Amino acid sequence: MSTPWSLDGFELVCGLEVHVELTALRTKMFSAEPIDFGGAPNTRVGPVSAGLPGSLPVVNGAAVEAAARLGLALNCDVAERCQFHRKNYFYPDLPKNYQISQYDVPLCHDGWLEIEVDGDDLRIGIERVHMEEDTAKSSHEGDTGRLHGADRSLIDLNRAGIPLLECVSHPDIRRLEEAQAYLRELVAIARALGISNARMEEGSIRCDANVSVRRPGEEYGTRTEIKNLNSVRSVGRAIAHEAERQVRLLQDGGNVVQETRHWDEDRGVTETLRRKETLADYRYFPDPDLVAIVHPAGRVEQLRASLPELPAATRSRLVEVGVAASQAATIVAGDLVRWFDEAASMGAAPDAIGNWLAGEVTGQLGAAGLEPADSGMTGAHVGELLGLIADGSLSNALAKQVLEGVIEARGAKSPAQVAQERGLEQVSDEGELRAIVEQVIADNSDTVESIRGGNDKAIGALVGQVMKATRGQADPTLTNQLLRELIG
Amino acid sequence: MRSLVTATATELARRLDAGEVAAREVIDAHLDRIAAVDDSVGAFLEVTADHARARADEIDSRRAAGDDVPATAGVPIAIKDLFCTTGIPTTAASRILAGWRPPYDATVVRKIADAGLVMVGKANMDEFAMGSSTENSAYQPTRNPWNLDRVPGGSSGGSVAAVAGLMAPLAVGTDTGGSIRQPAALTGTVGLKPTYGRVSRYGIVAFASSLDQAGPIARTVEDTALLHQVISGHDPLDSTSIPEPVGDVMARLRDGVDGMRIGVVNELSGEGYEVGVSARFDESLRRFESLGATIVEASLPHAPYGLPAYYLVAPSEASSNLARYDGTLFGIRVDGETSAEMSANTRAAGFGVEVKRRIMIGTYALSAGYFDAYYQQASRVRTLILRDFERAFADVDVLVSPTSPTVAFPLGDKTADPLAMYLNDVATVPASLAGIPALSLPNGVDEAGLPTGLQIMAPTLREDLALRVAWAFEQDLGFSPIPVGHNTVAVP
Amino acid sequence: MLAQLAVTDDEVAGWTDELNKILAYAEQVGEVAAEDVSPTTHPYPLDNVFRPDEPGPVLDRDVLLAGGPETTDDRFVVPRIVAEE
Repeated sequence: MSTPWSLDGFELVCGLEVHVELTALRTKMFSAEPIDFGGAPNTRVGPVSAGLPGSLPVVNGAAVEAAARLGLALNCDVAERCQFHRKNYFYPDLPKNYQISQYDVPLCHDGWLEIEVDGDDLRIGIERVHMEEDTAKSSHEGDTGRLHGADRSLIDLNRAGIPLLECVSHPDIRRLEEAQAYLRELVAIARALGISNARMEEGSIRCDANVSVRRPGEEYGTRTEIKNLNSVRSVGRAIAHEAERQVRLLQDGGNVVQETRHWDEDRGVTETLRRKETLADYRYFPDPDLVAIVHPAGRVEQLRASLPELPAATRSRLVEVGVAASQAATIVAGDLVRWFDEAASMGAAPDAIGNWLAGEVTGQLGAAGLEPADSGMTGAHVGELLGLIADGSLSNALAKQVLEGVIEARGAKSPAQVAQERGLEQVSDEGELRAIVEQVIADNSDTVESIRGGNDKAIGALVGQVMKATRGQADPTLTNQLLRELIG
Repeated sequence: MRSLVTATATELARRLDAGEVAAREVIDAHLDRIAAVDDSVGAFLEVTADHARARADEIDSRRAAGDDVPATAGVPIAIKDLFCTTGIPTTAASRILAGWRPPYDATVVRKIADAGLVMVGKANMDEFAMGSSTENSAYQPTRNPWNLDRVPGGSSGGSVAAVAGLMAPLAVGTDTGGSIRQPAALTGTVGLKPTYGRVSRYGIVAFASSLDQAGPIARTVEDTALLHQVISGHDPLDSTSIPEPVGDVMARLRDGVDGMRIGVVNELSGEGYEVGVSARFDESLRRFESLGATIVEASLPHAPYGLPAYYLVAPSEASSNLARYDGTLFGIRVDGETSAEMSANTRAAGFGVEVKRRIMIGTYALSAGYFDAYYQQASRVRTLILRDFERAFADVDVLVSPTSPTVAFPLGDKTADPLAMYLNDVATVPASLAGIPALSLPNGVDEAGLPTGLQIMAPTLREDLALRVAWAFEQDLGFSPIPVGHNTVAVP
Repeated sequence: MLAQLAVTDDEVAGWTDELNKILAYAEQVGEVAAEDVSPTTHPYPLDNVFRPDEPGPVLDRDVLLAGGPETTDDRFVVPRIVAEE
């Protein structure tokens, strides 16, 4: 069990604001313009997301449902009545110079997320989940391509209006690992609900951290908001850096300024965003163009009943059928549950599936830089592979090579096909193997003598020789058996 | 030619449908009329002559081919320059949208085209619909066809002037605090503000979203009902659009007022209103009685707070709606070192004084620390006014008042005093805040021969009732909408 | 300034009086006792107005950019967002 973050008597107080882009939806939050992440700039835009004079928003019903389901998965109350508000501020990536969002009556509120860190189970409180629209994308032309020092900026409106869910936690986080576990679990939940592919590298899930420090028992300290956290690892590093920065500042007699800071991954530091971040007055008021959203109790129960198996339940289920807990966690976090279930339905043993998915499959996909969804592989491939191992056609070693081949072919070839094409079938024919074993024995009389003399371990060398002669395809169990039989 | 431009839309439709006259003839007659008089009136910012002739020719071919063509196809209409018209400049009478050509049509514009009505031009208005005299237009003032030295009212001044000046039998305007009714009253025309949500706001440049409503303007009640039928109805592109079907607005138009109870709103009648306005109003009440209606007293206790509440709610919504005009994606641009400077410079150069004034008031009313006392309190007063109307309508069928405290005033008379200008809306604003339908029709002229207007307010969704009461009154009064008197527009 | 309007000092001086008068007039709403009254934002009571998640038309890019004050062939251009040091 590990202890909370602490430095010179200061403790960490951290909350996370996570934005989830609803990549599973087909249209934007307030208009029927299509969502398409690959589109050329400004080709997925209509009057509404361009904020043209006279345009009006109409709510995407599927987005509301997705938001309610996320809230319920996070144990929130779904508001019987909620409203969209306008958040007014001027910025070039905001076509209307206001963002349609939610203010004091959000869709979901007062929930929690259970996480496990180093054997501790704890709850991080969730203040709210609300709906809003994404902003346009600006790119900057200048020497560095960054905001500062740019000569001018270019605006692409494709992203403007894409549905976003904002999830705000209470400042309950006390350890870096908690922040990371919280984020990972939120990712897993979003994917399990099928509302977003939740990929930090792609920006379909974004995390800002609110960080402050204090001596235990004292009032909350002034907090800063850290932006530009592009991976779970960055989240941990940035919080650690910022907390230490604040402690040193306070020890030097300074004050923490309430501001937004930008995390620089390369240099490992946070720095003030030079954009004027005076306490903004967003002049929130209910959006007169959008009417209230009502969720009667019956509807909420309907939604709750429709929730799929959530990650925590999936992990338990996997453990119950014999998968190691850490493997279950890897499988759920790695989006491999569907493959597990499919392989299991084909008759593969759960613990074997668990080993393979959490081990070799995760490793090889990671090495190839692929997410399961992009690999072209299926759970049927996994099931088939395990079947070939079980019936003796492949050894574990050979199966690893076959897996490589399936991944390389992006799933276009089945394991059986790859094995055949590459001549990777295990040699299990006793007659064939016996002949080879006899040959190896004949060629290695010294080693054989050593084994007969009691040096049992030396048999490994002979197994190796048999493997060499069969290009690694000899059935290891049978090989061992034959060697012992023939050596005596 | 005279008969074509003085005819009602209903009459023109009958003749067009019967094949007695070609659409091209009708359109040419009106375009000629515009060419003859609009230099002195200034009703139009843009005359869409080529578009109109092309549409007219198309309609004539289709009629000749025996196609199914609406009876109204070929009737001309003026469209306030607040409605988006594809490829045709839509400026909201502001410099900031100078030359802006929308890439899409407002739903109302589409419905108008589907009915075969032919747009002859984009009508002048107060900039961003903010004003009561059309003097806030960045481009030109509009003059009242009844007296060219006087204002036509606003903000739909160009629309009513086009109709009163016989340049089109129909016009579509917008009403946020009285912007159809007040100018209709000042120009002897009929104007209706429908129930909020009855007519789609999609494609209408927004001023105050919870108040804006498009509505018909014509010289007769029947024509007004006809246009209302065309433009009203549910629109899935507008979330505030009422799903309830409109029904046949004209089904009971001629049923009369015998046995109806008509309430005179205490707080909106007489005090501070011009002599001629009050006199014509009193006569109107007697006329209703002679038609078999019962006149009763009615009270809207919070009505006096309507105008103050309106001048908090409307500017607040406007300050947000107009934030998008910053030189980034559309409209004019005035350069700056940074994008913030560029947008501030663009807005300073592009917006007129009244617009800036309202943006500042609205920004203030929404700001932290003031929100509750200003915007929220005004919104609470709005609830109280709504309840006042509900209570009043439990006892009467419709409510009446003079539309405007004054007749048309001289250009320049009130431009120096914004508050004096705002007071023009004192009688029209309560119905706007409550979202109920309200109509203005001419009830005579004052001692100088300038038109006065009668306002009829009906319960939510009951435009048909307001129109029915108006029709009975109109038939009995026999008011002639052709301008007559001192310094009028040239009459054909 | 929150309203993002570039105003000169002269203009501000000229307008302050007028704005104060208008606000004083509007402040009359404060005379109404309304603590227990809920505010009205939408005069006609509607709720749950939704649209199905079905893609619709978009604007042709050239048409969209044609309305822009300054553009490249695929994007809108704005001056630097952060001032030079």
